[in-house]
Amino acid sequence: MEKEKYTNVLELRNIEMYFGKVQALRNVNFHVGVNEIVGLVGDNGAGKSTLVKILTGVITPTRGELYIRGEKIPLRNYTVKKAHNYGIETVYQDKSLGEKQVLWRNFFLGRQITNRFGFIKIKEEKEIARKIMHETIGFRGAGITVDSTVSKLSGGERQGVAIGRAMHFEADLIVLDEPTVALSLKEVQKVLKFVRKIKESGRACVYISHNISHVYDSCDRFVIIDRGEVAREFLKQNVSLKELDECMLNFANARREVE
Amino acid sequence: MEQVKKIQKFFNSVESLPIILVFVIILIAFMRTAPGVFTRPRIYMSILSTTPPLLVLGAGLTLVITSGEIDLSFPSVIAFCGMVFANLYKMTGSPLLGFLAALAVGAFIGYVNGMITTKLNIPSIMTTVGTNFFWGGLTVLLAGGLSLNIPEVREYFLHTLFTGRIGGILPAQAVWAVAVTVFIWFLLNRHVFGEHILFIGDNENVSRVMGVNVKGTKVAVFTLMGLLGGFASVLLTLEMANFWTTQGSGFLLPVVAAVFIGGTSISGGEGRVIGTLFGTFIVGSLEAGVVASGIGGYWTRLTTGLIMLGSIALNVALDKTRVGSGSFADKLRSSVFVKGIQKSE
Repeated sequence: MEKEKYTNVLELRNIEMYFGKVQALRNVNFHVGVNEIVGLVGDNGAGKSTLVKILTGVITPTRGELYIRGEKIPLRNYTVKKAHNYGIETVYQDKSLGEKQVLWRNFFLGRQITNRFGFIKIKEEKEIARKIMHETIGFRGAGITVDSTVSKLSGGERQGVAIGRAMHFEADLIVLDEPTVALSLKEVQKVLKFVRKIKESGRACVYISHNISHVYDSCDRFVIIDRGEVAREFLKQNVSLKELDECMLNFANARREVE
Repeated sequence: MEQVKKIQKFFNSVESLPIILVFVIILIAFMRTAPGVFTRPRIYMSILSTTPPLLVLGAGLTLVITSGEIDLSFPSVIAFCGMVFANLYKMTGSPLLGFLAALAVGAFIGYVNGMITTKLNIPSIMTTVGTNFFWGGLTVLLAGGLSLNIPEVREYFLHTLFTGRIGGILPAQAVWAVAVTVFIWFLLNRHVFGEHILFIGDNENVSRVMGVNVKGTKVAVFTLMGLLGGFASVLLTLEMANFWTTQGSGFLLPVVAAVFIGGTSISGGEGRVIGTLFGTFIVGSLEAGVVASGIGGYWTRLTTGLIMLGSIALNVALDKTRVGSGSFADKLRSSVFVKGIQKSE
């Protein structure tokens, strides 16, 4: 990848988001540096998913500014498609793969390699899919080939396939939306391995989770969202897992008192 | 367990192999019970002249069901397009004009089905039951309940092209129907359009997030189904050299049965075009076979039902993808017949 003179892949400034009269986000500033893994943590309903939807182009905020690689992007016409073009890919916890479909089809959905009549070049797609599985994400699952259907994969492996797909399509920033929800510990380890692959490949990542112990190892920086605001930010070297955990707990207790 | 897996692997090595075997077994059974009929070519020529419209419809319906929708309006498409074809030919003397008009009208009916289903968010089973009544009713109204005999159409090239007898025996419509089926197979399994159909039937949210135009694709599928209905209608009307207002009303169950016998998933996301091909021939040969076997005409429906249930059970047992181990109620809820209704609640 070429060296260019920006420090942040993505930056959101002074984001305000209203749903009707309800304020979901209040003056949020959020950035992701080049090759930085940012853990976005917070309780359910804190505003994490609203923030993610804004940065992936699913919804438009009421006010605020968006910069991608230092360049200001008008938020009005920022869509999912535009986000893809800017190299921002999202891996949703359960809506990234078609279960009954074979892996190679999943890799290329929406971006098929075709001849000019729209017929898919299957050989080529399978070959690339095989490469992604073995080289990009280091897939060693026994008995799993590009011809296997997704239903045969474990939860962690599915996240791996989705991450591999995002990496193959030159995404600079990969957004992982709760990738370890409802996974066994062993599967969580697999996903974390894939996240490390993202880091190694020089890409940036936003890792959304409400389980800090999952994010702690793989992230460089943590952003805690609470009641629609960025409550705290930590660099990993300045905070231990225990301190982070206590900090989260304090917010939860404070919230309970307010309510 | 190992053996079960081996058997599954064998049956999955060729698309729709189980149903091809069922077809062969049924044929052998008929050859033994009615050797006078089933070892001579006449019965096969007869079957090949009557089943092609079913096959064309079945191929289209396979796509619709794979996309997670259902179209039950094709019996009326057969009637309405037949009327358009026969009347336009009668008026202008050009069967080609009638043919093109029938295709256009069929596609239009399909397009309307698709628009109602996607834009108004009405479950396709309700949309198409409604439009089936509408177009069927309009046919009876416009035709005044009368049939239209067009024997002179046999003199035209179009008749020879679509329903002539190749080499004096093979009905041309069989070749056309198989060609359509092969085309649909490539469309579903090798084309971007087919891949989108598979993913939409599998999971609409995934398709949308990955940039697939879900509504547009669905409208296109319904339109294609209507177009194929128009084509099937012309094949039928040409073969009979006659239009009648209730033509196609007997097609509903055989075509739906053929698709499910063929192994297409009831919940979408999986379509077996080759299965539909053999499913159609099973359904199409059962009646003749059961009658010729001397079991008696009253047994045909019962036998069809048994074979349909048996085939579906076989397909489920050998299914390689078997997603989850959902209960019967879950499976029913996700079926194309109920899926849309739940969605709209």
